[in-house]
Amino acid sequence: MIQAHGLSKRYGDKMAVDRLDFTVRPGIVTGFLGPNGAGKSTTMRMVLGLDRPTAGSVTVNGQSYADLRAPLHEVGALLEARSVHTGRSAYNHLRVLAATHGIARSRVDEVIELVGLGDVARRRAGGFSMGMGQRLGIAATLLGDPGTLILDEPVNGLDPDGILWIRNLLKGLAAEGRTVFVSSHLMSEMSLTAEHLIVIGKGRLIADLPIAEMIGAASRASVLVRSPEASRLRELLTGPNVTMTSREAGELEVVGLSAPRIGDIAAANGIAVHELTPHRASLEDAFMKLTNDSIEFHGGTTVDAGLETARGAA
Amino acid sequence: MSTTVPPAKYVSRLVVDPVSERRVITSEWLKLSTLRSSWVTMALGIGALAFLGGVIGFFTNQQWDRMRPARQAAFDAVGASLGGVRFAELAIGVLGVLFVTGEYGTGMIRSSLTAVPRRLPVVWAKALVLGVVTLLLSEIASFVGFFIGQATLGTHSVAFSADGALRAVIGTGLYLTVVAVIGVALGFIIRSTAGGIAALVGILLVLPGVVSILPQTWQDNIGPYLPSTAGAALYDLHPEAGSLDPWTGFGVFCLYAVVGLIAGAFVLNRRDA
Repeated sequence: MIQAHGLSKRYGDKMAVDRLDFTVRPGIVTGFLGPNGAGKSTTMRMVLGLDRPTAGSVTVNGQSYADLRAPLHEVGALLEARSVHTGRSAYNHLRVLAATHGIARSRVDEVIELVGLGDVARRRAGGFSMGMGQRLGIAATLLGDPGTLILDEPVNGLDPDGILWIRNLLKGLAAEGRTVFVSSHLMSEMSLTAEHLIVIGKGRLIADLPIAEMIGAASRASVLVRSPEASRLRELLTGPNVTMTSREAGELEVVGLSAPRIGDIAAANGIAVHELTPHRASLEDAFMKLTNDSIEFHGGTTVDAGLETARGAA
Repeated sequence: MSTTVPPAKYVSRLVVDPVSERRVITSEWLKLSTLRSSWVTMALGIGALAFLGGVIGFFTNQQWDRMRPARQAAFDAVGASLGGVRFAELAIGVLGVLFVTGEYGTGMIRSSLTAVPRRLPVVWAKALVLGVVTLLLSEIASFVGFFIGQATLGTHSVAFSADGALRAVIGTGLYLTVVAVIGVALGFIIRSTAGGIAALVGILLVLPGVVSILPQTWQDNIGPYLPSTAGAALYDLHPEAGSLDPWTGFGVFCLYAVVGLIAGAFVLNRRDA
């Protein structure tokens, strides 16, 4: 269980993390989602006591990380940046960490086998590929057999095999009753592993909801309608569970009615319709829409899925 | 949509001990001993201390008749045999810096501090582990250096029982031990390898030269208290006038190391990792 209360981190005059409140529960994989630069890594580093919060607090199992007597036994962490001395072998890296907690060598061998590094464990970690480095990071995470796991972008740099392996590993760990907190900037990845989502943008909490709700919000179809008599049509379409937005004259974005139904209503009232386009947004779109206002560095294109978002659900 | 019933909280069966200073020391020893660069750097320093005196002794003996009488009279047989100390302090000091900055450079420090979130045990353990290893090896090398040096000096050598010889030999090892601790302290304060080594060289080797171009009264007041000058009082049997007493000087040198280490601990505790 991880709990954050008003967690904030300021760098100069920029709020990297801005009054975050959230709880990560055991037994499920909780996704921590946000665009690059949203403050995910900083938040995770504060959980681990590597960065000191400017304000607020965060606890693991009710205790501040620095007060844990055997931290590796309670929390396993995989940070985004490499955290291994390049001159040391994978085996010795794990032995160094194990020694701080009196963890037996047999456990070191066990986690090496578990992540599939048996053949290269005696080689210098500096020569590891990104995927091997990631596996070594996972081995260190599991070393103390912790009840809480914090992983920052664990699938980065992994091949499809490795990605599948991580997904199953995380789900398996959660199924054993562990708290699993995984960050990603990819909604599609999260939709495959996480059961719950915490979405942040520009350091602020945007949404904290079960993934099923997010999918529900995303899969709500909308219909784009163009008509010279848009305002008259708008009145006719008005009803409960129907929401309409209009970005320009003669155009309507309708949620809550199907395209055939809209066409029928228009025909019955003799209204000409120039376009009637059903639009089904993907989860990716929903995430984009959700975070569009809070992306740190915009590319040239803007994404607008034309969706009412899950913002209200937070 | 299905509702998930959270399973019971995970209970581990792995036997794990709480983090303690003793375990952090074991971990730091593993860190030091599992890096090839540690052994290479240590070997350079220790080797210089053990064998450079022999080289100096050999050539001194050969060239003795061509030396001016004044230099012959001032010749310091003990100092000559321990002449490798200047090189050894550089290597060992650099090792001290690298022991810390190598972790910052590679990101290992994040692993270290998540394992030991109280942080300060890491500072004490690093200083202790490197200090003890340096003390053992440099004392051995210092004795080896003395005896090889005296052997090659032939008729110009002194006996081990000579006045101050024992102090100089043991003092050289003690001096290098403190240099190692100062290296560790600078590593924690500066965090970067290049910066740490520059600071080390600046403090130990350059600073005395800088002070020597200051006005004489300043030199007299500051000079003896500079770290390397104060520390050298312990092993230098022919000190300049105005130098501190051997053990007073060494005490001042130790004080620098302690203050530096505390500053390093303070910085580690305060700053984000």
